[in-house]
Amino acid sequence: MTRRILSRLANPQLLALVGVLLINWLLFPNFFRITWQDGRLFGSLIDVLNRGAPVAILAIGMVGVIATKGVDLSVGAVMAMAGAVAATLVVAGYPAPVAVAAALAVGLACGLWNGFLVAVLDIQPIVATLVLMVAGRGIAQLITEGFIVTFTDPVLIFIGTGSFLGFPMAAVIALALLVLVTLLVRKTALGLFIEAVGVNRAAASLAGIRSRMLLLYVYGLSGVCAAIAGIIVAGDIRGADANNAGLWLELDAILAVVIGGTSLLGGRFSVPLAVLGALIIQAMNTGILVSGFPPEFNLIVKAALIFLVLIIQSPLASRIMPTRMPVRETSK
Amino acid sequence: MSRSLRPLVATAVIFAIAYALAVMQFPSMFSTRVLGNFLTDNAFLGITAVGMTFVIISGGIDLSVGAVIGFTGVLVAVLIAWAGWHPLAAFALSLAVAASFGAGMGLAVHYLQVPAFIVTLAGMFLARGGASVITQDSVPVNHEFYDWISDLIIRLPGGGRLSFIGLLMVAVFIVGALVAHRTRFGSYVYALGGNPVSASLMGVPVARTTIGVYMVSSTLAALAGIVFSLYTSAGYPLAAVGVELDAISAVVIGGTLLTGGYGFVLGTFIGVMLLGLVQTYIIFDGSLSSWWTKIVIGALLFLFIVLQRLIFAASAQGEKAS
Repeated sequence: MTRRILSRLANPQLLALVGVLLINWLLFPNFFRITWQDGRLFGSLIDVLNRGAPVAILAIGMVGVIATKGVDLSVGAVMAMAGAVAATLVVAGYPAPVAVAAALAVGLACGLWNGFLVAVLDIQPIVATLVLMVAGRGIAQLITEGFIVTFTDPVLIFIGTGSFLGFPMAAVIALALLVLVTLLVRKTALGLFIEAVGVNRAAASLAGIRSRMLLLYVYGLSGVCAAIAGIIVAGDIRGADANNAGLWLELDAILAVVIGGTSLLGGRFSVPLAVLGALIIQAMNTGILVSGFPPEFNLIVKAALIFLVLIIQSPLASRIMPTRMPVRETSK
Repeated sequence: MSRSLRPLVATAVIFAIAYALAVMQFPSMFSTRVLGNFLTDNAFLGITAVGMTFVIISGGIDLSVGAVIGFTGVLVAVLIAWAGWHPLAAFALSLAVAASFGAGMGLAVHYLQVPAFIVTLAGMFLARGGASVITQDSVPVNHEFYDWISDLIIRLPGGGRLSFIGLLMVAVFIVGALVAHRTRFGSYVYALGGNPVSASLMGVPVARTTIGVYMVSSTLAALAGIVFSLYTSAGYPLAAVGVELDAISAVVIGGTLLTGGYGFVLGTFIGVMLLGLVQTYIIFDGSLSSWWTKIVIGALLFLFIVLQRLIFAASAQGEKAS
């Protein structure tokens, strides 16, 4: 039993996170110091959790999409739209729960639209979600009429910057989503169905899986997750910035999922590892910032990281080191 | 009329109708001045889109082109303004850098057997990060060679002017069309996009073609970066953010199939002009805000994707019936 737990802890993602944190600690000795102030925790580690939460939430939605051999490029634009809707509604005098519900509904609608294009019209996911990626930011600007809509609503601000039991609210929401979605895919047959569709959609359909509905579900979930992240980001800056909210975060989310070992060829996925991937990315971000390097290094480090993961995942590597990960043969 | 030309005709007809409607509203849009500016203002986008057409026909995608434009602009500006190089030498070096960059991405796509979008995504981070590490500010370029090139214009009757960069884009399109339809490399690219397995069984050098396609795309993106630097007389690491999306949209609107194996370089030209028309119309109208550009481009993209599906579903049924 202990052995099993030990071998679980020794997975490459966790080791990578520990490694990044240790490097941060070497560069910045106060990295692990956590203090209690004004009823909440403070420190670089807490900052990693807080700043990493939006990408982690996006990654939770993205995992399912990538596991079905798809990708959702529109999440950044959906974040901007959801933030714009929530901010505009509270400024217009609606109560915060209505604004949040409307923003989530917009996210769900966007996700279902993507799912409709992929599942019913049979368009490749990259292209189907590209439509909303291009148009979504324009729609967000249409909602805010080109301004940055600022608000003072306490509930929205609490979602973005508040704390629960000393932990930042954003991290708490991400954790709750993680537990919920993990239970949903691993304690029901849903996860198995998603993997089946990812490996071979035609075969899955013949085996009786309603692959159309399933694709609608996963894209819908991705849209809702993007909306949650959008509300958090808007609450964090106390305003909706249609131009910059969620800009390029779709790429971070995809990166987090890939670092988490989810195969881009579909059929193998892990929600907790994707969240771990998001934390690794954020730990690197924070590390580069606190150690005084210019933030531009971030992009180069991320690029290097992508190549590293790709090389490890590639069939080439499994031919050289045939032992560890069984690579599933996928029909092309 | 050949069935395979239908999407191209559809795009051309939609462009003609859209242009006619725009001219009916603003008669001054029908002038050599506006048409000349169409070419000049969209030169860098057009050159990028030619490379993107090749990548998409081969069944891939290249998300790094915008970042390569930004990187090339910075590299050229720094070499000229700080190191004192002659612009032509700086151009040559940046084209060579971009070609090897593209070759690297092609190698990764072929040998790691991973989706092209994730490899070129890493390339995008790398190029954008590299540009920002060189400088974070806009570097102005003041060189007599730049003044000389911007004076190279052909005046048209009616006040229009054909600039050097506009003509360069047209030349790139002509060469691109010839390469795609009249050379062995072009046929390899189509074969690869149609079905990589049969292509390799037929003896198409898959590795060489894949690497070549990404080299072409990156090199043309670098050429677009040079054009952008001539256009703005400066290099800025965050220049041309999101151009990859515009280029992909232009290619799709031009009738190229995103699953690969089918498409036209000439169609991409019409696609670029259609995007230019949307922007020009919004400027002419004056009351519409710039974000309508994005919404209209998104709507056009959707329209053409659905159109492609319908046309191909119809032709597939036709084949079954015969």
